[in-house]
Amino acid sequence: MSGIPIRLEACSKTFDDGTRALHPVDLSIAAGETIVLLGPSGCGKTTTLRIIAGLESPDAGGRVLFGTDDVTAVPIEKRNVGMVFQSYALFPNMTVAGNIEYGLKVRGMAAADRAARVREMLAMMRIEPLAQRRIDQLSGGQRQRVALARAIAPRPRVLLLDEPLTALDAKLREDLRGEIDRLLRSLAITSVYVTHDQAEAMALGDRIAVMSHGRIAQIGSPQDIYFAPADAFVADFIGTMNRVRGAAADGRLRFAGGWLPLPAGAVAGVAAAAATAPACLTDVMFRPEDLHLVDAAAAQFAGTVLSSFFLGDHTRLTLDAGGEAPLVARVQQRRRFDGGDTVHCAVDPQAVLALRPAAT
Amino acid sequence: MSKMKRRAPLFWLLLAFTLAVCAFLIVPVAMSMLAGVTQNYFTGWRGGLTLDWVIKVWTDYRHTVFLSIKIALACLVCTLLLGVPAAYVLARRSNAFTRAIEELLVMPVAIPGLATALALIVTFGGFGDLRRSWLFILIGHVLFTLPFMVRSVLAVLASIDLRTLEEGARSLGASFTQRFFGIVLPNCRSGIVAGSLMVVTLSLGEFNMTLLLHTPLTPTLPVGLADAYASLRIEVGSAYTLIFFVIIIPLLVALQWASRPRDPGAAK
Repeated sequence: MSGIPIRLEACSKTFDDGTRALHPVDLSIAAGETIVLLGPSGCGKTTTLRIIAGLESPDAGGRVLFGTDDVTAVPIEKRNVGMVFQSYALFPNMTVAGNIEYGLKVRGMAAADRAARVREMLAMMRIEPLAQRRIDQLSGGQRQRVALARAIAPRPRVLLLDEPLTALDAKLREDLRGEIDRLLRSLAITSVYVTHDQAEAMALGDRIAVMSHGRIAQIGSPQDIYFAPADAFVADFIGTMNRVRGAAADGRLRFAGGWLPLPAGAVAGVAAAAATAPACLTDVMFRPEDLHLVDAAAAQFAGTVLSSFFLGDHTRLTLDAGGEAPLVARVQQRRRFDGGDTVHCAVDPQAVLALRPAAT
Repeated sequence: MSKMKRRAPLFWLLLAFTLAVCAFLIVPVAMSMLAGVTQNYFTGWRGGLTLDWVIKVWTDYRHTVFLSIKIALACLVCTLLLGVPAAYVLARRSNAFTRAIEELLVMPVAIPGLATALALIVTFGGFGDLRRSWLFILIGHVLFTLPFMVRSVLAVLASIDLRTLEEGARSLGASFTQRFFGIVLPNCRSGIVAGSLMVVTLSLGEFNMTLLLHTPLTPTLPVGLADAYASLRIEVGSAYTLIFFVIIIPLLVALQWASRPRDPGAAK
């Protein structure tokens, strides 16, 4: 099973009641690639998936291409896509094997070939003992395995997964996430995965498209998205970000608790701005794990511990460093922190990000 | 043991009340059926039991039984063909219009049968030979029973995520026909079965409307029953009731069986 590339060209979606679910979106997905559409509810990720599936059609002017085929006007029945739903959408009137066989049956495959393919799918998803069970006798995790097997059985050109793990509990979600990852790698099928869970997105995506308000805010590898977020929305949505506002001067950002180094790229711009407006206020961001505890002599700023949570492999501190919002730090020191302790902190220059505000 | 003893007085009280209610409902039925097999109603069962009355009713009135069964089955076919697709459309397109239709569907049930019958006579009475045909009664019965079929199927369709199930089937390549017969119908089977039994029993027992719609050539079972009660001995009427029960009770039992919840616990 090999994938085909998918291209969306200027696909927008306005619903009958006039709400704009999607602004014109261009998206290219390489053959065999797994792309994750990530964002809060209402960001347009599911609409984008449904346009690729053929369950929604884009507004006039939008085009959906599978390889070189323009499938914009092709209904989902003829697109040869596999789809996995949050609510499983398994047929309660059929057994597990019956569900997996359904897609093969409606395509008119011969009975012997169908049986062989169903056996292959049951083995692949490790659910052979469940073959003759009814759907209401299965757990959530088992149901989603059956749903995956059913979607893959007819050898679709594209696999589309709409929040497949959202209905499961945390432990199961992690297990099945590993399973899906293994499956997508071994099949090398072009797949689009919709989720609001950033951990899922990071684990599964070759690339992640972070969506907000019907637009793609950023698209890139998990590392790009995490280390070089395009704007404050992406930075906030992926992981935790500390935000500090201060006055920029001499390559430093000065704030109540001390100073932070400004990133190399930002220095020139900020310096130019500082020439005209000496008290130029700038926002910078950094991740909790980039804050290091140092000796007083090497400190950039000092903070007072507001709360600390010892989590075994690290301690999560909330610090008051005189800024508007408390800072979060993730530190490795083998010591105990108490509320009111003063800690001395430093952040590496390359870990500090100066970001444009989120697009709205 | 002590716990049971403490609960006992209330338990016996409730049991007595329940049995009293059951007796209130069942005794008249039993009396009526008994009356149908007594030699003479006024001397009661001590005067001896006989099947003569039943045989007499069967001889004189069996055509009404056959006509009622014919109408009930025809009515079932019509309500299946009209009601199931209607319920599907109502379930799939939920908007102000379909909700209004759903409300309007109660009308034939809410309006007195006599009024509906009169309206049918006024409207279709002069329509060829229809007035003299059993089809005229069938029209009335379909009108009266259709809402029961639609609502029964609709209730089941509303309880399953029909839209997602169909989307799943579509993603697997199923055409509308394949989806409708392979997914939609099997998954509302319990609603169709319950609706069918409801339609058949209602049609068999329908009297209000049929009293006006029938002609001397097309008396149904309940009309014949009224005739027997009005013009013959009470034993004849009661024997007639006995025959009616023999037909209707298995249907009612089947109705209960078909509409029972299948897997209590699995409705997640």
